[in-house]
Amino acid sequence: MSPSVLLLLGWMLVPLTMTIYFSFLRYNLLYPGTESFTGWTNYYYFVTDPSFTDALINTISIFGGVLFITTIGGVGFSLLLDQPMWKSGLIRMLVIAPFFVMPTVSALVWKNMFMNPVNGFFGQIATFLGLQPFDFFGQAPLLSIIWIISWQWLPFATLILLTALQSLDRDQLEASEMDGANSFSRFIFIILPHLARPITVAILIQTIFLLSIFAEILVTTNGGPGTATTNLTYLIYVQSLLQFDVGAGSAGGVIAIILANIVAIFLMRMIGKNLE
Amino acid sequence: MRAISNNRKALNTAIALTLGLFMSFPIIWILILSFKSELDAIGNPLQVLLSSWTLDSFSTVQGRSDYLKHFSNSVIISLGSTFLALLVAIPSAWAMAFVPGKQTKNILMWMLSTKMLPPVGVLIPIYLLFRDYDLLDTRVGLVIILTLINLPIIIWMLYTYFKEIPVEILEASRMDGARLKQEILYVLTPMAIPGIASTLILNIILAWNEAFWTINLTASNAAPLTAFIASYSSPEGLFYAKLSAASIMAIAPILIMGWFSQKQLVRGLTFGAVK
Repeated sequence: MSPSVLLLLGWMLVPLTMTIYFSFLRYNLLYPGTESFTGWTNYYYFVTDPSFTDALINTISIFGGVLFITTIGGVGFSLLLDQPMWKSGLIRMLVIAPFFVMPTVSALVWKNMFMNPVNGFFGQIATFLGLQPFDFFGQAPLLSIIWIISWQWLPFATLILLTALQSLDRDQLEASEMDGANSFSRFIFIILPHLARPITVAILIQTIFLLSIFAEILVTTNGGPGTATTNLTYLIYVQSLLQFDVGAGSAGGVIAIILANIVAIFLMRMIGKNLE
Repeated sequence: MRAISNNRKALNTAIALTLGLFMSFPIIWILILSFKSELDAIGNPLQVLLSSWTLDSFSTVQGRSDYLKHFSNSVIISLGSTFLALLVAIPSAWAMAFVPGKQTKNILMWMLSTKMLPPVGVLIPIYLLFRDYDLLDTRVGLVIILTLINLPIIIWMLYTYFKEIPVEILEASRMDGARLKQEILYVLTPMAIPGIASTLILNIILAWNEAFWTINLTASNAAPLTAFIASYSSPEGLFYAKLSAASIMAIAPILIMGWFSQKQLVRGLTFGAVK
């Protein structure tokens, strides 16, 4: 097992150490050779910058909004797909297909071909019905992004919960039905407790990905207008690769790592229990 | 189980099919638009459906931007990184599943924790290292990065599969006089292949769709489809037929693979926490 351990150790330690080291330097790629130690200055500027607060709020809004939609929707979808039906394989594939679409494709297709107020699908329908087309990215850029990301992740939540539902003990359900439990109380007292663990796992795994949303923002809004759709990942990208401010970008990177770790600790505990 | 009436089944099917068509509608819609002319594609939906069909968009996309180059970049990068990672991961997962030591569980958990590292946290060091070692915009560079990124998932998936191979079967084959070589060749390998195959498929999917490193570390030469499609965020993306044609070719291989790997997807992405 040692080659893989060594590889991952290197992958983890080398860049991480460099990020932490850079975060204490005044270091801009535009002015090479002027690096100097500045202590906590980068952190101070990164955190007090108003766009940091915006980015933090946007990050939380995106992951809160997406998790809300995917969790409620995922429970509903999986319960429906778990019902007896014909062609269930084909239907399941139709529902989960969006998950396999690469982020740049789904973001651009939604933005240009559906949400564009002039030629987009929704705009065309609105015009056809004699209504005023809604300018999704002009009026509600953050909600539009949340919508697109939810479309990608709802299938994931559905698939996980459906897999979990299929391992539910059918005898238990039938017994409760014999005892006169209606479908609502069966849902509350048997199905929901059974789903509690997979729901938690689905939420935690999505959180890891949702905190790092990047491509969807890059191709649709570039974080704008202003900082309306800038999340933490995108803000750090702008600082590092567009403004070449290695120091501030690294400080942001360290903050992102700390935030992700808080989530990671909970997730690792849940997965670790499974190893025993 | 009590019998379910056909009416009930028909109703379920109708509702679920509606839901399925609703969810995959954007994909179906770009499939239709990719076979339309640019002018027809911006008409209202009814006109779109009634207009004539053409393959023009596909040849335009290829002619204007060397689509096949980006397609083959995607193939090389996703296959290359997956095979490289499998090569490293199979012995590790094997050892951890069959000869677990005291630290095995800790090592597995630690590997998982590397997956939790947000990529943007190490964007600058990787970018600078790539710049200094001339790896920017090269396929080799991306293969290296994607190998490292997916290695923990691969090891975990293989581990959960190998763990399910019963040890008793090894003992039985030894009783029957199998030597180590025969044991590996005729007993273990056949049992391990399904697990390895589904790990392979899931990781090709993940590598194909990876859109943080592929966008940030490539310009044009090594750009896979994720980065190529990102270039359509310019006004060029308003040419619906072309955008549709480029998109449908980019997602088709993965949709087909996804069809075969739904179950494995859950196991792989939840690190075995949901099976």
